[in-house]
Amino acid sequence: MNMNRDQLKSTALDVLRGIAPEVEPNTLEPAIPLRHQVDLDSMDWLNFLIGLHERLGVNIPESENANLVTLDNVLDFLQAHGQD
Amino acid sequence: MSDFKLPSLGADMDAGTLERWLVAPGDTVKRGQVVAVVETSKAAVDVEIWQDGQIEELKVQSGQKVPVGTVLATLRTTVPTRDQTPKQTPELIPEPTPEPILKTPTRSSDKSTPDRPQPISSKAQPAQTTQAAEQTVPAVPAPTQPVPASASRVRISPAARKRALKIGLDWSRLKGSGVQSSVVLADLEHISQAKQVSAASPSGVLAGRQQAMRRAIAAAMSRSKREIPHNYLSESIPMTLALAWLQQHNAGVVITERLLPAVLQLKAVALALQQVPQLNGHYVDGEFHSVDAVHAGMAIALRGGGLVAPALHDVQSKPLTVLMRELTDLVKRARAGSLRSSEMSDPTVTVTNLGDQGVESVFGVIYPPQVALVGFGAISARPVVEAELVCARPVVTASLAADHRVTDGHQGALFLTALRELLQSPEQLEMP
Amino acid sequence: MAAITYREAVREALREALQSDARVFLMGEDVGRYGGTYAVSKGLLDEFGPQRVRDTPLSELGFTGLGIGAALGGMRPIVEVMTVNFSMLAMDPIVNTAAMMRHMSGGQFSVPVVIRMTTGAGRQVAAQHSNSLEGWYAHVPGLKVLAPATLEDARGMLAPALADPDPVLIFEHAGLYNMEGELPGPVEVDIRRARVRREGQDVSLITHGGSLPKALKAAEVLAEQGVSAEVLDLRVLRPLDETSILASVRKCRRAVVIDEAWRSGSLAAEVVARISEQAFFDLDAPLARVCNEEVPIPYPRHLEEAALPQVEKITAAALHLMGR
Repeated sequence: MNMNRDQLKSTALDVLRGIAPEVEPNTLEPAIPLRHQVDLDSMDWLNFLIGLHERLGVNIPESENANLVTLDNVLDFLQAHGQD
Repeated sequence: MSDFKLPSLGADMDAGTLERWLVAPGDTVKRGQVVAVVETSKAAVDVEIWQDGQIEELKVQSGQKVPVGTVLATLRTTVPTRDQTPKQTPELIPEPTPEPILKTPTRSSDKSTPDRPQPISSKAQPAQTTQAAEQTVPAVPAPTQPVPASASRVRISPAARKRALKIGLDWSRLKGSGVQSSVVLADLEHISQAKQVSAASPSGVLAGRQQAMRRAIAAAMSRSKREIPHNYLSESIPMTLALAWLQQHNAGVVITERLLPAVLQLKAVALALQQVPQLNGHYVDGEFHSVDAVHAGMAIALRGGGLVAPALHDVQSKPLTVLMRELTDLVKRARAGSLRSSEMSDPTVTVTNLGDQGVESVFGVIYPPQVALVGFGAISARPVVEAELVCARPVVTASLAADHRVTDGHQGALFLTALRELLQSPEQLEMP
Repeated sequence: MAAITYREAVREALREALQSDARVFLMGEDVGRYGGTYAVSKGLLDEFGPQRVRDTPLSELGFTGLGIGAALGGMRPIVEVMTVNFSMLAMDPIVNTAAMMRHMSGGQFSVPVVIRMTTGAGRQVAAQHSNSLEGWYAHVPGLKVLAPATLEDARGMLAPALADPDPVLIFEHAGLYNMEGELPGPVEVDIRRARVRREGQDVSLITHGGSLPKALKAAEVLAEQGVSAEVLDLRVLRPLDETSILASVRKCRRAVVIDEAWRSGSLAAEVVARISEQAFFDLDAPLARVCNEEVPIPYPRHLEEAALPQVEKITAAALHLMGR
């Protein structure tokens, strides 16, 4: 599945909105830590990763958690690993 | 014959409004079946009946507000009548009930459909109890007529439903002016107009609920602090082993089977409580009643404000994966406003985990009639001493707020010590 | 200009067809010397002679087959079957030959026949002469089915029907022949679209043929009660103009289908099915039908009236959908 960054972003934001419906996607700063901008507890975060997994088929290992701080981090990861 | 009474769905609840029945006279009901939706000051709650039987008469009609303890319906049973009222008495301090968001109508009707027997099917059921033979089965409508839905279900036209979902309107309590009393577009317009007219709350129904919930929490917490002599203990618990175990477990399962540290902590709490049962139960009328099972009230913050702590039942006996699954479901339903009355009334202890907020510790306020509240802060790297050397390890601060009428510091310390030990052997937590 | 009746409009259409194309001829029981059971072809025998206006024996099966054969042979016959009731005797050639010849010949042959039939009830001619079976024909691929309900359509539908290389059935409701109105000159109409005869917002009354005047009257009655009814004349029963039907229903969000036929397996049932399939989420009320009572059409006037769609039944159905 080959998606460009914009498509990945739109999918990721869609998944995010399913968990945090109050989020306005266009107001999210992709370079600022996501959890500073959106109230996400550890369950929300896991559900976010599960949502990405279901929609994009990308498995995000737990070891990556520390690196996935901003939306850009997430998209970088998805782009790098999305070609399974 | 027995009475189905309005249970207390929260301690400061004196009365509730019967929003709608999900069963009709003549319906067979089973223990645990959701039979009515009751509107409290905070939420619409699904109310379960705790006996098997057949509904005889509905004594309270939709829209009626009645005090807690009022007989809502009479039930024909063949089993000895058991006291149906929940453990709590109406005087008790409430646990804040959830604020349902707009999915309430679809959720209720979807859920109720499999549970709710139609009048026709009740006749078709084999007479497994003698009651069917003894009693006259209610008349079944002719097949050519439309199946009469139970008195409760709100009909809404497809167009109106689409519009209501779009604008976020709860139609479950609207009076419809369409065919078969269905809610139609015109009815929604009246509501929108009415909402615009009432300048009081910014977004009508929801803001009102939120205010009501805040008031309820205020009342509950004030009362708790007034009546319960809280005493506090805390313990720093090393999490190295637990996290290592968790990491290994999660690496070997699919993402949907991953466990969160909170579930490990929850299970450890339950097992520790089995060692110190004086912290697990209810204090009622000057007496403490210990409970064998640990029904942990999970403190869940609602998006947009508000807090609920519905019960996860029998934590002590469930495997971690089951607890994870149930917790995920509970959080989802709490946020969607679709909790059950048993979840609201059953907790024997409450666990609050503020770890994600990044604070070191949390000392909570006990929810009466419970006698303890366990708090977890964030798991963070801290300097600890190991083999006489200082090194950095992941540590969590666990706290216990306990009712001093029931326990002293000693029992609290035993509990926290047990909790600490359990979290050092995470493989023990896996077994029920 | 002078007023013209529906009957006269059809006659004009026949005259024009006979004049403009030598291949066209009219055939049927009593169309020539008698001038037509409903006086539609009165005078045409004198004007065009026995080769162009042909009286047939009392055998629907036979002469319909003849007409189809003539069409296959290059002519452009207008077969008049006195009423749809008698067409049942000719269903085999209509369905199994006319409708299917193109398909069965792989496109080599087509049957450019026009079959006109009178349909409907209301004149106390009792059970066997009062059926409305155009819905049966609308069921069959390979046929086009028309229901002119206005003077304009009575005058205008014949020409495009004759121009069509495949069989076209035209159903004239017996109660419309005396309908009078003004018709300015020759008209050109399509035989593909339904037409909104009265615009409205609250409920769409979807109908055809002899029920159109009743639907229009019902719309007036409803207007007095504050209900704005749209009236959609289907005009073409096969193929149904789904676009127009759905547009009207999406606008009004409620629909009553009026069909002078028994409801079971009716054209109304088909219309309702299509609306429910394609516009379900736009509906603000269930769909409704007003059809014949499920009885053979009675002979006594009061019973016949009770068995057919009437203005009162249409308005009641519409009001019910409004929640009243």
